[in-house]
Amino acid sequence: MRRLMNIAPGRGGGLLLALLPFALIAFLYVAGSAERRVANPDDKLLPPVAEMAAAVKRVALEPDRRTGDYVLWTDTAASLQRLALGLGIATASGLIFGLAIGLLPLAGATLAPLVGVLSMIPPMAVLPILFIVFGLGEVSKVVLIVIGVTPFLIRDLALSVSNLPAEQLVKAQTLGASSWQVAIRVVLPQIMPRLIEAVRLSIGPAFLFLISAEAIAAESGLGYRIFLLRRYLAMDTILPYVAWITLLAFVFDWALARLSRRAFAFAYVTERR
Amino acid sequence: MSSSIAFRDVAVEYGSQIVLERLNLTITPGSFVALVGPSGAGKSTLLRMILGQEQPTRGQVLLDGQPMVAEPGPDRGVVFQRYSVFPHLTVLGNVLLGFEFAASRFTARLFGGARKAAIVESEKLIAEVGLAEHRDKYPHQLSGGMQQRLAIAQAIAKKPKVLLLDEPFGALDPGTRAQMHELIRFLWKDCGMTVVMVTHDIKEAFALGTRLIALDKQRRDPQAPERFGAVITYDLDLTRDSAVPVMGFKPLPPAQSQGAQA
Repeated sequence: MRRLMNIAPGRGGGLLLALLPFALIAFLYVAGSAERRVANPDDKLLPPVAEMAAAVKRVALEPDRRTGDYVLWTDTAASLQRLALGLGIATASGLIFGLAIGLLPLAGATLAPLVGVLSMIPPMAVLPILFIVFGLGEVSKVVLIVIGVTPFLIRDLALSVSNLPAEQLVKAQTLGASSWQVAIRVVLPQIMPRLIEAVRLSIGPAFLFLISAEAIAAESGLGYRIFLLRRYLAMDTILPYVAWITLLAFVFDWALARLSRRAFAFAYVTERR
Repeated sequence: MSSSIAFRDVAVEYGSQIVLERLNLTITPGSFVALVGPSGAGKSTLLRMILGQEQPTRGQVLLDGQPMVAEPGPDRGVVFQRYSVFPHLTVLGNVLLGFEFAASRFTARLFGGARKAAIVESEKLIAEVGLAEHRDKYPHQLSGGMQQRLAIAQAIAKKPKVLLLDEPFGALDPGTRAQMHELIRFLWKDCGMTVVMVTHDIKEAFALGTRLIALDKQRRDPQAPERFGAVITYDLDLTRDSAVPVMGFKPLPPAQSQGAQA
């Protein structure tokens, strides 16, 4: 009998195994929904798939009677704009500060303890402050994402810079490189894969902060909508919204992984298959 | 072009641990110095001082009579045992990098005609170390020996006056090692630089060096092994027209055998 750790599924088998849990969840949902409907025709907790499809059609394809907006798309656009701004600013500052802290001992001595302390502030605890300072508009939501994600990115990148072999940095200097040249030609290309990896890991927290901020004060957005519909127990819309948010996050994650493998193939040669 | 290197009463201490002491050494331009000694005897420390990566606790290191600049620079090339090449650049990119650093302060990239000229120059170096058909491969696609050849090509691209080798062939198989010896001997004569090589392989040291320097601890305190540093125990001239040994030929202290048993 071969050891369990040595038994790997084939290509088709792998796909089948991956789909199995999804199919199981779908089956349990459909069965549970049907059962509840039998017991109570007005059940709102587990709406059948047909009702969810109708709800999706209503929010995605028909203009809202009051505003004339296609609700799903305006919500998605509003949320994604906040998310992109927040993650973009966080990524840029994470890269710049992380690189500086990891490469320059002076920057590290000055900023690393500060970042260490800042990263311990629970971002949700400063949300009231953000609302007070920046108002209830877009800025406070973007800033919450930035505050929530940036310290992690800075620390992660500073760590990956300091993990570069000292030999490489010395070698670059013997080739006549200045600090700046080492940063852009030796360090930057080698930490880019890690940056993308860190941003991938940040997508989850970024959505968390986005939806929290939208739930508390917003006029549109995916988080705003599901918290609004909660009042009406409108599970037929909330569930598709959650699925949609999950799909968006999954697609970003997948796209970033693809990008990293394409652009920085050298970084993936040693990994275990 | 080559440089002379001089150590004047150099000592290196890490906290209470003394690594090297009473180090006086003058390396003449164009010589090939092989540094041998047991692990922890300060061979690499000595090399890192020439590199400018480390500073002596006491004493002075002089390059051509001038105090050593306290950081690595293009006048001193280096090949380490590992991590000497950049994994994110191709063979050509690795060699080209030195030219790009020199030509463009801000972008560190070359374009157009200047790039073409630098590529021609780099290709000549790549051919010289026998990697011509691998110029577009990444380091992870090369064998250990080929990576070290690339590291050497990269180091000599800047025409350094001093080339420092830190156990450069330690991880290679014997056949590859013999090829590398031929290559480094040729390049040393061709470029006329001063070479300082740290090695664990005594045969290698005798085969390549014009001078062999052995570092070891001469005094030992069994209660506090860190209190005495290594000194030069052998200094042999290996050029053909000189008598071997020349100076400092002393038997190893008896403590040596105890250390080996422990």
